[in-house]
Amino acid sequence: METGPIVAIQAVNHWFGQGSARKQALHDITLTLGRGSFTVLMGPSGSGKTTLLTLIGCLRAVQDGTLRLMGQDLHGANDTTLVAMRRKLGFIFQAHNLHESLTAEQNVMMGAQVHPSVTDDHAGHAARHLLGFVGLADRVDYLPANLSGGQKQRVAIARALVGNPALLLADEPTAALDKDSASDMVDLVRRIGASRGMTTLLVTHDNRILDRADRILTLQDGRIVADQARTIR
Amino acid sequence: MKRLLQRLLGRLPIGWLQLTHNPMRFAAALIGVAFANVLVFVQLGIMTSMGTATLRPYTFFAADVMISAADANALTDGGNVARQWLLQALADPDVVDGMGLFIGNVPWDRGDADISLTTFGVDPARPDLVAPVIASDLSLLEVQDAAIIDRLARGMKRDETAAIRPQSPLSFESQGRTLTAYSTFAGGGGFGGDGYMMVSDQTFLALFPARRSTAPDHILLRLRPGADVAAVVPRLRNLVSDPTLRIRSYADAAQEELTYQQTKRPTGIIFGFGVLIGVLVGLVIIHQVLSTDVADHLREYATFKAMGYGQRFFIGIVLEEALILGILGFLPGFAVGATILTVMGKVTTLPLAVTPSMGITVFAGTVIFSALSGIIATRRLAAADPADLF
Ligand SMILES: Nc1ncnc2c1ncn2[C@@H]1O[C@H](COP(=O)(O)OP(=O)(O)OP(=O)(O)O)[C@@H](O)[C@H]1O
Ligand SMILES: [Mg+2]
Repeated sequence: METGPIVAIQAVNHWFGQGSARKQALHDITLTLGRGSFTVLMGPSGSGKTTLLTLIGCLRAVQDGTLRLMGQDLHGANDTTLVAMRRKLGFIFQAHNLHESLTAEQNVMMGAQVHPSVTDDHAGHAARHLLGFVGLADRVDYLPANLSGGQKQRVAIARALVGNPALLLADEPTAALDKDSASDMVDLVRRIGASRGMTTLLVTHDNRILDRADRILTLQDGRIVADQARTIR
Repeated sequence: MKRLLQRLLGRLPIGWLQLTHNPMRFAAALIGVAFANVLVFVQLGIMTSMGTATLRPYTFFAADVMISAADANALTDGGNVARQWLLQALADPDVVDGMGLFIGNVPWDRGDADISLTTFGVDPARPDLVAPVIASDLSLLEVQDAAIIDRLARGMKRDETAAIRPQSPLSFESQGRTLTAYSTFAGGGGFGGDGYMMVSDQTFLALFPARRSTAPDHILLRLRPGADVAAVVPRLRNLVSDPTLRIRSYADAAQEELTYQQTKRPTGIIFGFGVLIGVLVGLVIIHQVLSTDVADHLREYATFKAMGYGQRFFIGIVLEEALILGILGFLPGFAVGATILTVMGKVTTLPLAVTPSMGITVFAGTVIFSALSGIIATRRLAAADPADLF
């Protein structure tokens, strides 16, 4: 088992655009995330939350500064490394992004099969187990079109978690859900995260989620302006 | 099908699931591919039969070298050759026999159907220059106005030709003469005529009073067994003092006519072009279906990219789809194409059919071109950027 922070960011800057349209989205971000923590990232629209998440998630190249993910420096990392690193992560998007032609079970299997060592049988088994865990045992063979919004988002959670990621990155996963579904979902993620020692970084505008967090980071104009640790009741 | 693919691929058959998710589009795509296949099969069938029909008259003779006029691109084309060259050619030690071959079209008014027989005037004393099946009957032609006719000719009744024997010949009128068929051989209708007929050179000259015995259409030569045709041809070239004549091995002459018919004559070019159109239609249909499919699933693919799937995985999906469309589209295409050719063959009595090698060629072509259009369609995958998902 590796030790040390799962994410270690040192003086990261990020720009979008070219020439006169060039605009800095992140300023001098320095941040570490400890293993097993549940961190919420807040901030007004356009403050750089998503940008930071995509950098940590190996979906964008680091332009300036160091970003170590599980000990691996992402600055200048090649595509193969980035793809391999992504397999150790779980993503939950604002939209569920399920594949319309795959059943709930098959969608979740895709999260497991990205690891070449996982066999079909094993992936199917793991998928059904996780779907049971998120309360969809009786919906495994449903296509996304036949599931409610909350059910779809739960399938997406199962898909993100089935590969046993060390780090879960979620960007406003509750935005499309009603109040009850939203807090159910966050509880679910917290519970699974705690039982597996998974680190979670979750972007939200949703105040209802704040009291579930160990730590709340606030971004403004691309800078971290507040970093509060919290004790959970 | 799903299970089979899952076994084969060692992963979920996403391509199959994606294609079958939209059954209407899938069916339309398969019909499109099948249509392209039918187009290729029919055109290829006609081209192949043109080849068969072109080469068929060459099988009636057993020659090693053919001397023709400069403009004789086909057996039935071009000017005459002076008979004196036959005598000169026979001076070569490797040339053991030879004859002049006369060719003309003989109409036969059969009441219900007027047919035209491509008629060969041959020397009845030279059986070693015609195919063995005809050689045994060749002496029948010694009689003036005797003929051996094509029992598979278009417009001939099968039971009528089957009854033709030396003891029960069939007589008919043509060019003001009464010809009598004493025997038959297997030819068949082609693109230029309805069938074939063999007569003696004497009978031929009687049928075509304008022709001269000193000027046949071609000269056929037979070489000593074991002689090297490639060595004899240049020697004959030196021996024969008319440099404009075409002196070729018999096999080359047949092959050159085939090439000429398929690439220089409008019919050949049109059918060849039809094959090309069929291939292009198939290519465009599969490419269109696949690139639309990729475009429709960009979000899903971007999600898979974010999850850690690499380029190989996506190319795998698109190729899986391409092959499914190609293979499943081929099957009905083959069935319909074969049926059309068989029916057309019955109606036209042209040698039209799907041959095994044609089936294999079209199948291989379908698979290759499907994969090709799949690979072209994967270019659109680059647009799936997982950073845009958040
Ligand atoms: N692909 C891009 N090209 C150009 N500029 C971009 C791009 N993505 C983000 N930006 C800019 O970077 C800044 C930060 O954007 P980001 O998406 O990180 O904000 P955010 O905090 O996630 O906002 P929201 O809460 O609205 O999702 C914004 O000013 C935005 O306009
Ligand atoms: Mg955002």
